[in-house]
Amino acid sequence: MPLNIRTYHELTEADRSGLGDQIMTQRRRVADRLATVRRVVAVLSGKGGVGKSFVTAGLARALARSGRAAGVLDADFNGPTIPPLLSLPVARCTLHEDGIEPLVSAEGVRCFSMAFLVEDGRPLAFRGPDTESFVWRGALEAATLREFLADVAWGALDELLVDLPPGVQRFQELTELLPAPPAVLAVTIPTPESRDAVRRALRAAIELKAAPLGVVDNMVGGPFAGSAADELAAEFGIPVLARVPFHPTDDVFAGIARKLGSSR
Amino acid sequence: MKFLCVECDRQMQFEERQLPGDGTLAAAFRCPACGRVVALLTNPMETQLVASLGVKIGGTTLPPQPMETVRGMVVTGREDAFDEGRERGAGSGPIWSMEAQERLARVPNFVRGMVKRIYLDYAKDRGIAEITPAVMDTARTELGLEGM
Repeated sequence: MPLNIRTYHELTEADRSGLGDQIMTQRRRVADRLATVRRVVAVLSGKGGVGKSFVTAGLARALARSGRAAGVLDADFNGPTIPPLLSLPVARCTLHEDGIEPLVSAEGVRCFSMAFLVEDGRPLAFRGPDTESFVWRGALEAATLREFLADVAWGALDELLVDLPPGVQRFQELTELLPAPPAVLAVTIPTPESRDAVRRALRAAIELKAAPLGVVDNMVGGPFAGSAADELAAEFGIPVLARVPFHPTDDVFAGIARKLGSSR
Repeated sequence: MKFLCVECDRQMQFEERQLPGDGTLAAAFRCPACGRVVALLTNPMETQLVASLGVKIGGTTLPPQPMETVRGMVVTGREDAFDEGRERGAGSGPIWSMEAQERLARVPNFVRGMVKRIYLDYAKDRGIAEITPAVMDTARTELGLEGM
């Protein structure tokens, strides 16, 4: 004789743990915080070493110089590089009742990065069981992204640029946390290898209903040969927003900023 | 997460949360009909997974702290990462016994401000005038503050 076990929903008294409700509260906190952000732009490539952070920082500075309120969330928790690219020294983060103030660059770019929190020269390490950390580390990094979105007092922004690490996992987490999919700015170098990695990342972004704004061709005119940006632009029907040489001048990024402004 | 007392066909009610040691999280539930108590025990990996999600079995009773998961879980945090001087309620509310202050001083600076805030909120919430190590122990186990 099997036991008579009812379903979760047949038990009508409150679920004191309410794990689902706790998760929804976290999501609402993200949505509330970003209600004053006009657009979230994910900067992705799917591979490392193509200069995502360099492009992100250059673009953020250009946006700020053009009078738009810009922020950068450095989502590369294990290799944060945005602060020096914005000429931002590491300083104490000011806590308020319901959030942490971002640090602000000389141009006015608001920034938050793991570099502000972790000791110099040490890896990001979490407390937890010594073995099989791969089981829980991903969940903790996703929680970190959620807290960077929800607990930093971003304020009113025209553009919040999210500098993603290589791969697409962080992008997927970002998309799930946001109330709506982010816009996407793809960065590539000219090589076919980069093209293939960026193609995968862009395909993943589109499958998650994100809108690609365009592709930035980075490190142009140097040792890397190929036409990755043009091929990706043709394949996805998106513009090549800029061709960034090895030693770009400010007007290269100002050009991207102008094009982003007209792509709303 | 709900618990059913199959014999009574009644939903069991959350009783308390404990951290009995070795990474175990215990959540006890009581049947309102027969009084039977059962405890859910998680192994260290399961405890970690729950903590990683930023949720608490048994629910939350205190408001979330900014960057609660990051501050509570990162072990390589900068000692001077946060300016604690502007945290709400500084200098007001329950007093700290000397022993409690000494214990708080041993908490890494990266997380100390948040831990202090949580204990203060806990004491205020329950009308406790003085925070002692015993109060800290009770709060820690009730709130599931593993490692704090």
